[in-house]
Amino acid sequence: MVNDTTPAKLEIQNLNISYGGQTAISGVNLSIREHEIFGIIGPANAGKTSFLKAINRMDMFDSNMRVEGDILFNGKNVREWRNIYALRSRIGVVFPLPVGLPMSVYDNVALSARLRGIKEKAELDLIVERCLTRAALWDEVKDRLDTLGSLLSGGQQQRLTIARALSQEPELLMLDEFSIAVDPVTTMRIEDVLKELKSEMTIILVTNLVQQARRLADRTAFFLDGECVEIAQTEALFTGQTSDQRTQDYVEGRFG
Amino acid sequence: MSHNHAIDRRNLDWYIDKAVQVLVFIGGISAVIFIVGIFLFITKEGIGFLINTLDLQEFFGSPYWEPSDEDAPEYGILALMAGTASVTGLAMLIAIPFSLGSAIYVAEFATGKTREWLKILIELLAAIPSVVWGFIGLTIMNPLIIELFDVPVGLTVLNAGIILGLMAAPIMTSIAEDALKAVPDRYREAAEALGATRWQIIFKTVLPAAKNGLLGAVLLGVGRGFGETMAVLMATGHAVNIPGSVFDSVRALTATIAAELGETAVGSDHYQVLFTIGLFLFLITFLINLTADLIVRGIRNS
Repeated sequence: MVNDTTPAKLEIQNLNISYGGQTAISGVNLSIREHEIFGIIGPANAGKTSFLKAINRMDMFDSNMRVEGDILFNGKNVREWRNIYALRSRIGVVFPLPVGLPMSVYDNVALSARLRGIKEKAELDLIVERCLTRAALWDEVKDRLDTLGSLLSGGQQQRLTIARALSQEPELLMLDEFSIAVDPVTTMRIEDVLKELKSEMTIILVTNLVQQARRLADRTAFFLDGECVEIAQTEALFTGQTSDQRTQDYVEGRFG
Repeated sequence: MSHNHAIDRRNLDWYIDKAVQVLVFIGGISAVIFIVGIFLFITKEGIGFLINTLDLQEFFGSPYWEPSDEDAPEYGILALMAGTASVTGLAMLIAIPFSLGSAIYVAEFATGKTREWLKILIELLAAIPSVVWGFIGLTIMNPLIIELFDVPVGLTVLNAGIILGLMAAPIMTSIAEDALKAVPDRYREAAEALGATRWQIIFKTVLPAAKNGLLGAVLLGVGRGFGETMAVLMATGHAVNIPGSVFDSVRALTATIAAELGETAVGSDHYQVLFTIGLFLFLITFLINLTADLIVRGIRNS
């Protein structure tokens, strides 16, 4: 069980992010522990997505985006990683909209392994089956692994995206509002998957559904206008033990 | 009732609207009318030869193009087809890597001002008249090839292929870049998040996703190569010949029409066979463009 003595997987110190002078994140400090599901809730434009992008250095392609402060992944500053591709391969990301890459279902899941240089068919087969099974998609696609990934339904594509992220064997899995384009039944299935994955990896769950955070997260942070207003044990947050009135209002649906 | 009657009149707006509709409709179908008209005209001019004299086996199978021989004229376009095909083939060998490379650079790597300038320059390059390219082939490439390769003539498949390749590259670049830009950014981000490098992102996700558009770009380049006349006329040496190497002079189908049509008697066999060649070229470019169009359309639907 995660508790205060569990080592930190991710340490964020005084993080500031801005886009051409426009502040997206200001002065965020937090630490995410190994094997916890860390929920981040907050209304649109709270800076949640920018926060995730800074962690796996997705800011590199965005010349507008300025990141200041320290992000320590396993104790090492992500800005000091010499090979950011190796860093990214240890961090799985699931985006809000499902992205079935324009290749077969099989190739979608095998892509990351192939990037790592795995060529042997038997090994790839194994990875594909294992990841699709863990993403609760195997039974639905096992007979049509060669159809285009982009032709699957929205919910299936999102699970495909998760399978692809799992194929990286990530230490950290970041989900950004994964249920936006997914039906409620599939959402529940994915949530079950996440509960199981917790034993193997650390998960950051950005969500605009406060109840989803309540169901899944061990601790939850509330972001508002680029600020981290509050971090608390999820249960405390939802039982009125908040230290900031704004958190209370948001959780209870008075705004956002 | 009478009130309604007063309002329900065809006023000026109504007539303007109708007029605009008719004008736009005429504009819209004019392309079809012209294409059909050109097709009919070419066919009409060549039809006598097509029906009476044309020997398909000789036409496509004979390398002898001797239309002005008074006793036994020969109308074989094999050598001319070989000329067009070799020049276009070489041009594509040059243009495909060039245009794909520059499209990838412009679409995936260049940013801000560099990108804008490159796009403008590429479009400018596409606007150079073909006679200017032919001139370059004649006066610059010709002595250069003679000098470099120590060959007697520089007006060869090599010369015309390079010239045509450079001519076709800008338009191919433009279309290929559009195809790359049409690939959604979320594909790139997804691959990036997996830990793919810039090259891996491009090769494993962007190029496969854009492959229809890229193929369309190449086919349009091929179409351009087949149809190009002036530059090819000036740079090939214009000798009827099935080339054995890139240092041989050849003659292209298009150049033959351009060079000979003015000297033939209207209605003669020679005159009509040139129109038959025109018809043949028309059909080939039509097929190539149609294929390109269908392929490009394919991406939009999938």
